Amino acid sequence: MKRHAIGLDLNDVDIQLDGRRIVALSHKIAPGEVLTVMGESGSGKTTLLNFVAGFLPPAFDATGRVVLDGVDVTAMPAERRQVGMLFQDPLLFPHMSVEGNLLYALPAGGSRAERGTRVSGFLESFGMGELGPRDPATLSGGQQARVALLRVLLAEPCALLLDEPFSKLDADRRDSVRKFVFELARERQLPVLLVTHDRADAAAAGGPMITL
Amino acid sequence: MLLRLVPVVILTILIGPVLAGLAGIVAPALGYLPVLGGEQVTLHWFDQAAMAPGFARSAWISYWTGLATSAISLVLVVLFLAGWWGTRWFARLASATAPLFAVPHAAVAIGLAFLIAPSGWLVRLVSPWATGFAQPPDWLIVNDPAGFALLAGLVIKEIPFLLLMTLSALPQSDAPRRIRAARSLGYGRVWGWLSTVFPSVYAQIRLPVYAVVAYATSVVDVAIILGPTAPPPLAVQILRWQYDPDLTLRFTAAAGAMLQLAVTGGALVTWWLGERAVAALGRSILTRGWRLPRDRALRLASLGGIGASALLVIGGVVVLALWSVAGLWQFPDALPDMLTFKHWMRHAGMIGHPTLTAVQIGLTSAAIAVLLVLGAVENAYRRGITPTQRVLALLYIPLIVPQISFLFGLILLVLRAGIDGTFWAVVVAHLVFVIPYVYLALADPYAAFDGRYLSVARSLGKSPARAFFTIRLPMMLRAILTAFAFGFAISIAQYLPTLMIGAGRLPTVTTEAVALAAGGDRRVLGAFALIQSALPIVAFVAAAWIPAILYRRRRALRGAGAWT
Repeated sequence: MKRHAIGLDLNDVDIQLDGRRIVALSHKIAPGEVLTVMGESGSGKTTLLNFVAGFLPPAFDATGRVVLDGVDVTAMPAERRQVGMLFQDPLLFPHMSVEGNLLYALPAGGSRAERGTRVSGFLESFGMGELGPRDPATLSGGQQARVALLRVLLAEPCALLLDEPFSKLDADRRDSVRKFVFELARERQLPVLLVTHDRADAAAAGGPMITL
Repeated sequence: MLLRLVPVVILTILIGPVLAGLAGIVAPALGYLPVLGGEQVTLHWFDQAAMAPGFARSAWISYWTGLATSAISLVLVVLFLAGWWGTRWFARLASATAPLFAVPHAAVAIGLAFLIAPSGWLVRLVSPWATGFAQPPDWLIVNDPAGFALLAGLVIKEIPFLLLMTLSALPQSDAPRRIRAARSLGYGRVWGWLSTVFPSVYAQIRLPVYAVVAYATSVVDVAIILGPTAPPPLAVQILRWQYDPDLTLRFTAAAGAMLQLAVTGGALVTWWLGERAVAALGRSILTRGWRLPRDRALRLASLGGIGASALLVIGGVVVLALWSVAGLWQFPDALPDMLTFKHWMRHAGMIGHPTLTAVQIGLTSAAIAVLLVLGAVENAYRRGITPTQRVLALLYIPLIVPQISFLFGLILLVLRAGIDGTFWAVVVAHLVFVIPYVYLALADPYAAFDGRYLSVARSLGKSPARAFFTIRLPMMLRAILTAFAFGFAISIAQYLPTLMIGAGRLPTVTTEAVALAAGGDRRVLGAFALIQSALPIVAFVAAAWIPAILYRRRRALRGAGAWT
C-alpha cells in the first residue's frame, strides 16, 4: 500500500493495566509537526510510545487506533510500521562500526558498494564523514545522539517517536542536538511524537503540548 | 511455533530420565527383574542390602561427610563474604577461587591425594629436614576409614561453587547500603553482614546448597579416590554390588540405590531442620543488640580457610602436572630429578582416545544445551514470561536426586532399548546435568540485556528473528560462550553417567582417571587428571578470548563487560 504523507493519527487511544487507565489520548500530528507529551516518570509516557511503536507488553489492554499516513498500523508488528524511535540513550549497536550501524538501518537493496557510498555520502552531508569507521563507544555523547538520529532516518520512517532523547546530554550539547533533530524532522516532513519532562524540550519543539 | 516447544523439550530431558530412572529401580529393588530370574515381589533385597557387612557404617559415612561438607564450605564462604566483601583481598581471592569451579571433581580429588598422601608433596616439602622421614610415614591419610580425606576433597571442590552462587545472588541483596546502615549503627563487619545481608542471600542460594548436600551424600568419583574403602561410602558400595560378577547382587544394588535416596533425603531433612534452628537462633540474637565489633580473628580464619582451599586445588593441579613429566622422583625429594615428556609420548595412544571421546561428548552436549537454553530464554523473553521460583526449582531436580539412584533405573531402561554404550545415550545422560548449569549461567545475562537495542532493530524494520541473530547473539557472544564453557566443564567432569550409560564402551579421561586412581602409576594418572582439568580451563579461556579478539576494536564489548 502506497503511503501519502498525511501524518500520524492517534485515534481515541486508551491504554489500561489491570483496569487502571495509564494513558488516554486522541490527536492528529501533521507532517512536520511535533506533538509534545509532558509528564513525570511513571505517567505512562513510555507506554504511549510503546503502543505507537508496537512494543506494548501483552499485560496492557489498549483500545483506539494508530493510523500512519492513512494506514492503520495498530495491529502490525513493530518492524512493518515504519515508525522510527529514539531513546534516552543513543543505543548504537556496540558490535558494529558507525557505518555498520547505518548500513544496518538502510533498507535492503543495491550492491554492497552502492550501499556503502550512500551511507558515507549521507554521513558526509552532515559533516560527520570521518566517523564512519569509528567504534561507536569512542564517540562523544553528542556525536552518538546525532548518529542515532541518522540511523533512524536512513530506515525511511514515516513518523518519529522521541523518548526523552536529550535528557542524558550535557547542557551545552543539548541545544544543538535538539536543533539538529527538530530541523531534520521538519525538513523531512515527519510527524513527531515527543515525550519528555523537560519544558525546554517542549519550547524548542514549538508544536502543541499535552500534559499527562 | 517451534520455540514454544523448547521449554517442554528441556523439562523432558531434565525430569524424564530422573523419573524414569527412579521408576526403574523400584521393580528390581522389590526383587522383580525377570531377566535375572526375579519374578516375585519381596522386601528380601532391602534386608540383604541393610544386613550387608558394614552397611550401617557406609550409610553413616555418606550422611555425615555430606552434611559436614555442606556446613563447612557454606560457613567458610559466608564468613569470607561477611568479613571481606568489598575489600581488595576479597576481589583477588574471589577471582582466583571462583574459576576453580571448572576443575572436575576427580582431578581435584586426585590432586589432593597427590598433595596429602604420606608420600605426597606436602610431606616431601618438609622432609627430611623437618620431619626426619627418609621413608613415607605409615599414616592412613588418603582413604582414611572415617572419611576425613573425602570430606576435605569435597569441601575444596564445593567452596568455589558456593562462592559463585553467592556472588551471583549478591546484586539482589542491596548489600552495600545494608552494610553501611548496619556498620553506622556500630555493628562489626561480619555480624553486620550476617544479620542484614545473609538472610536474603541464603534465600537465593538455598537450592544450590541443597544440591551440595545431595551431591556430597551420594558422590562416587571423589569417594572412590579419597574415601574409605572398607566399608566405602554407600554410593560406592552400590556401584560395587552393581558390577559384581554375582548377578543376584544387582537386586541388592537396586535396593541399595533406594536406601541411598533415604540417606540423602535424611541428610536434606537434617539440613532443613538445621536451617530452622539457625533462623530461630538468629531471630532471637538479633533482638539483643549485640554489635560484635571485634571480629578480626573470625575474618582471618575465613580468609585462611578460603585461601587454603584455593591453594589445595591449585597445588593439586600443579603436582598433577609435575608428576606427568617427572623423571625419577624418589621420596623425600621435593622435585623430580628431571622433567621429561617420555610418559606423555609413551602413553599418547592410551591418553589420546579417551581425551577425544570426552571432548566430543562435551562439545556436543554443551552445544545442544546452549541451543535449548537459548530457545527457552528467548521464548520467555518474547512472551514476556519471568520464570517463577517453582519452575526454576525443576532445574535443580537432577542436581538434588542422587545420581546413583536414578542412573541405576535408567541403565535398565537403556539396556532394554539397546542403546547402552552409544554416543547419543551418553550425551543425553550428560544433558540432564549440563542443561541446569548452562541455564544458570545464561539466564541472568539474558534478562539483564537491554531490550531497547532489540526495539531499535525492530523499529528499523527487522523481524524478531533477525534482531535475535544480528543484535542479541553478537552482543551476548561472551555470555553465550561462557555458558557453553560451563556446560562443557560439567560434561567433562561427569563420571557416573559416562560409566553407566556408556557401559564402559566410551571411556573418557574422567572414567580412566578414576579407574587408575586406585594404585595406578602416578605419572599416567597425573597426565589423565591434568588433561581432565585442562579441558574446561581451555574452554573458559576460549570463551574469554574469542570475543576479545573478535571485538578488539569495539570498546563496549571488549572488557569483562555487563554481558558476562
